[in-house]
Amino acid sequence: MGVLLNEVSLSYPGTGLVIDRISAEIEDGEFIAVLGASGCGKSSLLNMIAGLLAPSSGWLEVPKDGAAFMFQDANLLPWLTASENVDLALKLAGKPAAERQQRVEELLNLVQLGHATGKKPHELSGGMRQRVALARALAQDRQVLLMDEPFAALDAITRDMLHEQLRALWGQTGKTIIFVTHNVREAIRLSGRILVLSSHPGRILETRRITDDLRNNPAQAAALADELTTILRKEQRKHELTDRIPN
Amino acid sequence: MSSLTESRTRVNPVRAIKLRPNNRLDSWVAPLLTVVVLLNLWQIISWASPLREDLFPGPLAVAAKLPQLLADGSLVSAVGNSLFRAVSGFAIAVVISTPLALLLAHQPLLRKGVGPLVSAMQVLPSIAWVPAAIILFGLSDATIYTVLLLGAIPSIINGLLSGIDMIPAQYKSLSKVLGASKWEHVLHIELPAAMPGYVAGLRQGWAFAWRSLMAAELIAVGGSLALGVGSLLQRGRDLADLPLVMLVILTILLVGVLIELVFFAPIERKLLRDRGMSRTGENNG
Repeated sequence: MGVLLNEVSLSYPGTGLVIDRISAEIEDGEFIAVLGASGCGKSSLLNMIAGLLAPSSGWLEVPKDGAAFMFQDANLLPWLTASENVDLALKLAGKPAAERQQRVEELLNLVQLGHATGKKPHELSGGMRQRVALARALAQDRQVLLMDEPFAALDAITRDMLHEQLRALWGQTGKTIIFVTHNVREAIRLSGRILVLSSHPGRILETRRITDDLRNNPAQAAALADELTTILRKEQRKHELTDRIPN
Repeated sequence: MSSLTESRTRVNPVRAIKLRPNNRLDSWVAPLLTVVVLLNLWQIISWASPLREDLFPGPLAVAAKLPQLLADGSLVSAVGNSLFRAVSGFAIAVVISTPLALLLAHQPLLRKGVGPLVSAMQVLPSIAWVPAAIILFGLSDATIYTVLLLGAIPSIINGLLSGIDMIPAQYKSLSKVLGASKWEHVLHIELPAAMPGYVAGLRQGWAFAWRSLMAAELIAVGGSLALGVGSLLQRGRDLADLPLVMLVILTILLVGVLIELVFFAPIERKLLRDRGMSRTGENNG
């Protein structure tokens, strides 16, 4: 069992209900995308799975050792080099110094950054920073990897390259990946299942299985992308309308 | 041909923008030049002044005092004594302030109670503590150190606190997902992240320590106290020796600025460079 969500809700004082009774079973080794318009509560859902937020009601089950997390803006520590950023995750996981150095090299090579180990975050491009963040997340050596729109701020070419790398890494490591995004094509390209969330509050609207056949068939993938985009637009409009109507 | 020329506007090539690397020399030359100009102005005004030279000495008269003070060793020994007090007092202030600031940062209730007092202490001129310290400790080093510590500690505490306050909230989330304990968070994330604010506080703490020391040495003279730069200033006043007074003032300024330039400025520069930041006003050359 990967992650289990049972009737999970979240509300903030002032903003009210953000997540409304979400239930889902995420299998071990599954790559799942949580798709929704901006501000629909998908990041809050991820934060709950990571243990950064507690649900207001319902419950969830995650593996005992928790989940690794990859933030939207890399969140690297600017005073540490790429390898020191990765090393910190290993150090905090209690790994002995002797095995850390080799592991850091392995992980940075895995994300094809073996040449940039001594570089500080400000000396790296946006895509490289995200790859260091990915290496750091992998350093935590946890079965579940949570990714909060990690490629949203990147240009199309870099994003494309990172999509390939992430798919390859998932194939190699067999991790359970929960990938939050507002990008329909990204969700189709990466995941095996998509959970589409409604806006305000976030509820599961649709669940779609993505097979390799569909992913590799441009016409089918485009049709699904159009369909999901229409759903998201409708949600967005509904939300804008509710915002305009005074209570 | 002529109509064609009229219909066209001649565009002159844009002068190439001169890009030059940040010249470290610039940051030395400009202030040095200012000092030279000011010294010249001072000398000219002194010569033009109707006052006697001992009542309004120029830089040459002040400089003429230097060989005498160097020969009898009083200036070197006074600077040595004051520097020792300042550096050791500052080190004690750092050791006291750092854990105190961390405690205040992690105990919101304590900070609410003590924080405003710390800020109030920063506003209070440390010279105000001198009479109380003399009554308590007499004319001894304890008086000097008390005044110095009371001057430096609030700045260092507030510097570290503001450094911690400015840490992005995401670093806390990062600590949590990486499984850091509270101490690991403080050691590996909070303290390094707060370093720019901390160093700014240390820098200000040093300035306050040096100023407080001068105030204390100026008033607390005699007893078991060794001669410091402040006491030398007092000696100049007692002897109505204005060149001596001016020379000591310049020495106080020089020592303060030198410590700042040799110690704090490089640390701050390195900190900012390591984080891909630069101080406002730099790289403008």
